[in-house]
Amino acid sequence: MLEFFLSLLILTGATLTFIGSLGLVRLKDLYTRLHGPTKATTLGVGCLLIASAVYFSTTDENISLHEILITLFLFITAPVSAHLIAKASLHLSLPSIAKAPETNDNNQETPDKTAEDTSNSSTDEDIEPAEPELPKNTTRSPEQ
Amino acid sequence: MLAISIQIALALVTAAVVMSFWRLLRGPDIPNRILALDTLYINTIAILVLLGIHLASALFFEAALLIALMGFIGTVALCKYLLRGDIIE
Repeated sequence: MLEFFLSLLILTGATLTFIGSLGLVRLKDLYTRLHGPTKATTLGVGCLLIASAVYFSTTDENISLHEILITLFLFITAPVSAHLIAKASLHLSLPSIAKAPETNDNNQETPDKTAEDTSNSSTDEDIEPAEPELPKNTTRSPEQ
Repeated sequence: MLAISIQIALALVTAAVVMSFWRLLRGPDIPNRILALDTLYINTIAILVLLGIHLASALFFEAALLIALMGFIGTVALCKYLLRGDIIE
C-alpha cells in the first residue's frame, strides 16, 4: 500500500515535470512559457520531495526533514524568479502574442451592468503612452 | 513496483532535461535562456531526489539543496543584470 502510494506520487511528479518542460518547448511566447516551469517546480518537484520524505521516514525510522527544507525553499523562490524573469523580459520589451488593450478592458468589466462607465474610463486610460503596457502584458499573459 | 516507477520517472525527467536544454540552445533571446536554465536546475533537483530514493542514500539531499540555492542566486543575478546593468549596486 505504501509502495503504491509512493510510486503514484513519483509518477505524478515526474509527469508534471515533463509537462512543464514540454510547455517550455511548445508554447509560443516568453510570457506563456513562464507557466510551465513554475508548475513543474511547485507541483512536480513538490510531489517528488513528498515521496522522498515519506520513503526515508518509513525506512530509516526517524523523520527526515531535508526534503521539507528543499520544498520550502523552492516554494519561496519560484515565484520570485518567475517575477524577475517577467520583469527583465518586459524591460527588454520582448514580443508578446497578447496585443489588444480592449480585450483587457473586456476582461476587467465582466460585471454586467456597469459596462458603459468602466469602458469610458478605461478608454481614457488606454491613450496614455508608455506606462500601461507593463500591467497589460502581465495581466494578459496568465490567461493564454 | 517502486523500482519500475522510479525508472519511468527518471526517463520522464531526463526527457524534460533534454527539452529544456533544447530551449537553452534554441531560445531566441536572453530571458528565454534564463528561463531554460531555471527549468534545468529544477529538473536536476528532481533527478537528484529520484536517485536518492533509488540508491537509498541520504547524501543527495545536500547536493539538491545546494543546487536549489545556487540556481536561485544565478537566476536572480542574471535577471538583475538584465534589468539594471549591474548586479550589486
